[in-house]
Amino acid sequence: MKNTHVNAVVVGAGAGGGVVAKELSTAGLSVVLFERGDWVSFEDHDNDELLSQRTTVLGNAFGPDDDRYRRVLVSEDGSTGIVYPSDGAYSNVAACVGSGTVSYGAMAWRYMAEDFRMKSTYGPVGGSTLEDWPVSYDDLEHCYEKAEWEIGVAGDSSLNPFAAPRKKPYPMPPFSYNREASMLESAMKRMGLHPFPIPMLRNSVPYAGRPACARRRTCCGFACPVNAKCGTHNTVIPAALSTGNCELRPRCVVGGLIIDASGRITGVEYFDGDNTKQEQTADIIVVAASATETPRLLLNSTSKHFPSGVGNRYDWVGRNLQGHAYTGAFGLFEEDIFDDVGPGATLAVSDFSHHNPGIVGGGILANEFTRLPYLFSNIRPPGSPMWGEEHKEFQRKYFRRNIQVVGPIQEMPFFDSRVQVDPSVRDSWGIPVVRLSGRRHPKDAEGCEFLSGKAEMILKEAGASRTWRHVPGSGLSGGQHQAGTCRMGDDPHTSVTDRFGRVHDTPNVFVSDASLHVTNGGFNPALTIMALGYRVGEYIAGEWQKGNRFK
Amino acid sequence: MDSGSRISRRDFMKLATLGAGSLSLIAGCAPKHPPGRRVLSDDDAGLLGAIADRIIPPDEWPGGRENGVVSFIDRQLDGPYRRFRGDYRRGLDAMTGTCLEKHRKRFESLSAEKQTRLLGEMESGGLRDGGWKEGFSKRFFEMVRSHAMQAYYGSPRHGGNPDYASYRMMGIDYPPILGQNRYRF
Repeated sequence: MKNTHVNAVVVGAGAGGGVVAKELSTAGLSVVLFERGDWVSFEDHDNDELLSQRTTVLGNAFGPDDDRYRRVLVSEDGSTGIVYPSDGAYSNVAACVGSGTVSYGAMAWRYMAEDFRMKSTYGPVGGSTLEDWPVSYDDLEHCYEKAEWEIGVAGDSSLNPFAAPRKKPYPMPPFSYNREASMLESAMKRMGLHPFPIPMLRNSVPYAGRPACARRRTCCGFACPVNAKCGTHNTVIPAALSTGNCELRPRCVVGGLIIDASGRITGVEYFDGDNTKQEQTADIIVVAASATETPRLLLNSTSKHFPSGVGNRYDWVGRNLQGHAYTGAFGLFEEDIFDDVGPGATLAVSDFSHHNPGIVGGGILANEFTRLPYLFSNIRPPGSPMWGEEHKEFQRKYFRRNIQVVGPIQEMPFFDSRVQVDPSVRDSWGIPVVRLSGRRHPKDAEGCEFLSGKAEMILKEAGASRTWRHVPGSGLSGGQHQAGTCRMGDDPHTSVTDRFGRVHDTPNVFVSDASLHVTNGGFNPALTIMALGYRVGEYIAGEWQKGNRFK
Repeated sequence: MDSGSRISRRDFMKLATLGAGSLSLIAGCAPKHPPGRRVLSDDDAGLLGAIADRIIPPDEWPGGRENGVVSFIDRQLDGPYRRFRGDYRRGLDAMTGTCLEKHRKRFESLSAEKQTRLLGEMESGGLRDGGWKEGFSKRFFEMVRSHAMQAYYGSPRHGGNPDYASYRMMGIDYPPILGQNRYRF
């Protein structure tokens, strides 16, 4: 049976797609929201570290699965191999209704004004495609505010002198510090830094009909047992469904855009939960499938009008894949610190986000989410035994006596770090898979050296008896903070979409996820993805109400 | 549970295992495992238990063997770690081969000191002959080490760490009782 034509199809029910579906359906457009995964709940993955979103050794609790999905990774030495979703190198983003917003740590950062003007602020960087965004912080400010109030953020920006200006405060008060954060707070203040509570997409007080956070240790990487964590799955997606205009189709894998003989995009082809191939036509298609799956979908959609994929006339789709170079330091202490007040990360400084001598950009530093026992078994000072009596003794002596201070370095976009589709490897539906290749820009290592040094100084000031830094390697970035692969811009020769996320070559195809990010800030990206969702959704809905049918 | 239902459950598990196409166990291994084990033979389990006790040695808290490392690995080799069956077969055989050649004893019968020394050689990639070609000793050791840590420090639902022994060792309350698990200083 043929599916009824709708006004809009949204591919991907994550941070971006969930918001767009809500904006369009509340404006009266009929919407089908596709999600390859299913609804998930805490009960499915109760407290199980080995099956969480942070430690995926036994699989991804929130999808995708190793049986049906795979990718090809081209290593730095040029060799290629298959990688599965439970491998770190796959760069997995959760496949479920809400995607990563179900299990994330829920940091709710606004990028700063400089983050949208990196090239103007720092000048060109050799070997990097560093560029300004076509939109400014001021253009996005009200979108950030909508995300904070509709999805829910707890925080207090008055303590952060570097925060970008805002019109409205956060809707909820900030979380209290746990013990390690209190220790770091005094140390940071002694150093002249400006610590403040991390803004969180998590209820510090009852909000929007859901209860306050219970401060469990299993939070980051897990679904919330009391529904206090705010994602798209428990806010905007239910709001979209309650309009009666939006149909959510979980367990449906979209494989390509339908292109008619005149070159117009008329809908999507997908496999339903029974693996039956179906079509869904629509006036507008919004692709919000992540910075790896969105370019894959565009590249897999070819015709004589789009011989190398939709939006790819100038070979920019899939380029500039970036994530965050996470770097910081560990400190050991000779007294108990662990108070089991979850999720651990509660305090940050933004003193090193910008205008650091010799560094392009920078990043926040925060205390880290609770390190669970298996994860902790891999945390040792350099040169320490990784097994045997000493390893076991360290595990019980220092689990309660360590602090990690860590942050994301803003990466320099690199044209040759990219998503392609593999010419031969296919997933279990026969769709060509993502092929990942590239590496980090050398400048990122300088940022890591700088920021990890600051983290180590903070830990020493806090009284650590031993400290050591950690910096990532030079290999391809991506991961859960993946971004940049369908950059927005004003020049169609050097970007994929315009300033509203509309793919340059098409009147009716939009992108709404971190693929749009020209640069990825020195912050966790979720709130910015949501803000862009409001921008794209607002634009489409506004134009629609003016009579624009995007033909 | 009465004995009648236990037998029928075991029969059911046998059928379920057949149905899952798991007849080809670790290649070359006699399909002789006690009830409750899925993939590993008695010899495999004895050797892995001895390795586990060096990776996480027993002291006032259980060692790797007692804390379920073998049953974790056995279970995962019939699950997500099915892809490592070949590596386990090759590695366990190579270990036995090396020990018989060097010491005329199986690994399980060596002193703790000799066991530790051999595992250290594996970790550093020092073994290169026989089954250890192409740097396999290092790769195999790291695989077993990380699986042992997962078993010992992970959730009991996967076959290791019964009763959250490692959590108790580390002073982490389990289960976390909301509002109750707070430490005073």
